[in-house]
Amino acid sequence: MNKVNALLRIVYGAENNLARRLRAIGDRHSSDHEIYHVSRDLAGWSEEHARLLAGHARERGYELGGADRRIPRPWHILRAKAGELTGRRPETGLLAVWDMRKLHLDAVGLSLDWEIVGQTAQALKDEDLLALSTRCHPDTLRQARWANHMVKTLSPQAMAS
Amino acid sequence: MPRPSTPEHIADPWGARTPYARGETWPERVDAVLEDGLSDDEVDRWVQTASLLHSNGDAMDIAVRNGRIAGVRGRAGDRVNRGRLDPKDAYAWQANASPDRLTRPLVRQYGRLSEADWDTAMSLVVDKARHHLDGQGPSALGFYTTGQLFLEEYYALSLIVRGGIGSSHLDGNTRLCTATAATALKESFACDGQPGSYTDIDHADTIALFGHNVAETQPVLWMRMLDRLNGPNPPALVCVDPRSTPVAEHATVHVAPLPGTNMALVNALLHELIENGWYDRDYVDAHTVGFDELKSTVENYPPERAAEICDVPAEQIRQAARIIGTAERLLSTVLQGFYQSNQATAAAVGVNNIHIIRGMLGKPGAGVLQMNGQPTAQNTRETGADGDLPGFRNWANDAHVAELADIWNVEPKQIPHYAEPTHAMQILRYAEQGSIRFLWITGTNPAVSLPELGRIRSILEQERLFVVVQDLYLTETAQLADVVLPAATWGEKTGTFTNTDRTVHLSEKAVEPPGEARADLDILLDFAQRLDLRDKDGEPLVPWSDAESVFEAWKSCSAGRPCDYSGLSYEKLRGGSGIQWPCNDEHPDGTERLYEDGRFFADPDYCETYGHDLVTGTTMEPTEYRALNPSGRALIRAAHYQPPHEPTDRTYPFLLTTGRTIFHFHTRTKTGRTPELQAAEPDVWVEMSAGDADSCGFSEGELLEIGTPRGSIVARLRIGTTRDGVMFLPFHYGYWDTPGGHEPDGPGRAANELTPTDWDPASKQPIFKVSAARVRRAPRSGTERRAHDAESGREER
Repeated sequence: MNKVNALLRIVYGAENNLARRLRAIGDRHSSDHEIYHVSRDLAGWSEEHARLLAGHARERGYELGGADRRIPRPWHILRAKAGELTGRRPETGLLAVWDMRKLHLDAVGLSLDWEIVGQTAQALKDEDLLALSTRCHPDTLRQARWANHMVKTLSPQAMAS
Repeated sequence: MPRPSTPEHIADPWGARTPYARGETWPERVDAVLEDGLSDDEVDRWVQTASLLHSNGDAMDIAVRNGRIAGVRGRAGDRVNRGRLDPKDAYAWQANASPDRLTRPLVRQYGRLSEADWDTAMSLVVDKARHHLDGQGPSALGFYTTGQLFLEEYYALSLIVRGGIGSSHLDGNTRLCTATAATALKESFACDGQPGSYTDIDHADTIALFGHNVAETQPVLWMRMLDRLNGPNPPALVCVDPRSTPVAEHATVHVAPLPGTNMALVNALLHELIENGWYDRDYVDAHTVGFDELKSTVENYPPERAAEICDVPAEQIRQAARIIGTAERLLSTVLQGFYQSNQATAAAVGVNNIHIIRGMLGKPGAGVLQMNGQPTAQNTRETGADGDLPGFRNWANDAHVAELADIWNVEPKQIPHYAEPTHAMQILRYAEQGSIRFLWITGTNPAVSLPELGRIRSILEQERLFVVVQDLYLTETAQLADVVLPAATWGEKTGTFTNTDRTVHLSEKAVEPPGEARADLDILLDFAQRLDLRDKDGEPLVPWSDAESVFEAWKSCSAGRPCDYSGLSYEKLRGGSGIQWPCNDEHPDGTERLYEDGRFFADPDYCETYGHDLVTGTTMEPTEYRALNPSGRALIRAAHYQPPHEPTDRTYPFLLTTGRTIFHFHTRTKTGRTPELQAAEPDVWVEMSAGDADSCGFSEGELLEIGTPRGSIVARLRIGTTRDGVMFLPFHYGYWDTPGGHEPDGPGRAANELTPTDWDPASKQPIFKVSAARVRRAPRSGTERRAHDAESGREER
């Protein structure tokens, strides 16, 4: 059981981390409106996953709360303002590609974590844990694919201009 | 009541009824308008064309008198309008002769636009293009076109930009009007192509209109529906619209969801269809993939849940679902209420899903019309002037690119296909970032029509961006250009264009353009020649000299593809009715409906797209598509509801939606220069519900200031057409006929000062119809305004 709790803590941390990264990317590229809006939508997915994970852990008598370090609002506003101010510089294109690359790697790592959760659930015949992984893992894959897609879409202009 | 002096087509825009029964042919009714005092026998000649003022494709003849346009008459024999004209068709021809037409090129010198000859202007354009091509390469050049040129002009543009220059940055303003129609069809059927036909109105027992105020956007199509409604066995009408439009007034059931919630409503309708067994299991089994995912998704949307999200009665959703679910011949139409709203593609795909699971495709009366906004939007999609490759070819399929390269006689690597072609909003973004340095705008007015105008003006005004504008008048956008090229328009040049239901019309030159204005095609061909674009054998890349030679080339490019024009010719299009593509050896008279017998263009080797994630916009990989749909069936794609990005709050408590009036088109470039139309709707207004106006203490005709986080404008109040909580603004009004010229001088009036920069991730169509807004009485004087501003400044602190 302790191994499962440890795994849940890892996945919980990774979902919160991905949500924070997505929100940071959204703020940094607030002048790139598709990145801004979609990254915030996808951050919502990860925040929902973290909530579901915490709920599941609680059912097993294990508390996951406390790790959810929300970005304080003034910092969020400052970051978005910086995104606006630098929005006219061509370098922001390269920065976006780089951010998406890092995001993809994070999401792929998290996807592997969910893979482990799914396999563990099957080995332990834990229906609830399997349902949780079935619910969340496809979203993680979509987050990873989106980051990959954005790298593909943005890199030609960022590199060849 | 209209005053006695009100012109006929303004006082009664839809004219006299000619009722008909289900299955009958729509009767003819020939409308004509001639200059005051002119009679038919004084007309020198009639010249064949179709309307360029909406997407309906009304066929008409131009009356020519002494070398001038002197009136119009509907073409009785045409399948689209059977002789009818709408108010814009009837009067807007006068704008061709407006005294402020551009007659000479303009070039910016010392900060001002001054007249120049063609050679000077074109040399400047070509020098700039060459400079950036040699310096940065093709990524420095962007082209933003329209939905109002002719097919031949788009195809030339597509060849010049994609095959010649090798830039990925070509799109149309069709991104604002028709992108979701195209994307929704591509997601559901893996290929663009309108499944239905206008004649489905003649056979339907139920017509469902989703965010489609057809009475104002395609009045002649509405006349057809009205004539069925006034005949024996009229169809049931389902209307989804937050406003009490003329369609809503005639509806059997009118559902008025909050703007931004269409997806929840459509999912609830699908929930009811599946729950009650109102779908065709055999059709689903034989011709589709994805049903199970749809079923498990819409299980989460019982009418009660959607009722809460959309703020409509659950019973109304049930009633609408029952009508749609028990219809035997169901026609659905979709337009901007879905396309320019939250989750545009997913919601429009939801309507396709209704037809796919009910097997309501490819039969008389059973079809979908994913409508277009502009007259020639369809052609940008076909020719690849809108972010696709010509002939509905798939940019992600190397064989398709190789075939196109062969037709153009260029190397495949010359045609950018490493990612989806750049969409309009991203072209503007690259210009904002400074990586696009040369932007050529043909026949469109982004300084009024794009969202968040303050931002758009600041992009177009940049010193580092060279802007070419090709238009009829000195529009708001043209005033920001470095070079302005005067273009000829409808009636002054020859070409073809295609309407929403795939009907191709020939539009012939009737009169000479004013001054030195030139056909858009001639300007583009001149550019290609001056830039010395060559094919891979060193021959001129663009070998054409006139519109008909381009049309002949397009026929070969489209041959074998879904939009097959190979059986058409100018000669065949002359005299009779318009003809629907595909038109080829197999279908010499054209094709009324696509997808008869459940056959689609969705084979992995033939399809136009491998699809997208409807929420994130991620493109699917070829291998994924092959695994999902190996035998080319219709695709049922499901999506959950996602709340809009800009929810209302205490500061911005209203939802603002924008839209159209019957009397104007786009940014009023032509309709604002037409006396009858301009007098009918001379200035911007704002609509609120009676309840909202009452609780705010506003009265009819009062000047109000409407604000969003982007800015504010002032408009007069009209009470009563929107649902509670919603305000409506027409988007047509800019500044060319105000002291500001291209921008507000004092309080603004363009609705797009207020709209957000946000778009559907799949279709990339901007979201014009969901902003959080506030409203207050407009301050009357400068002092009062400053006091007001100071006060709201305090509020914000």
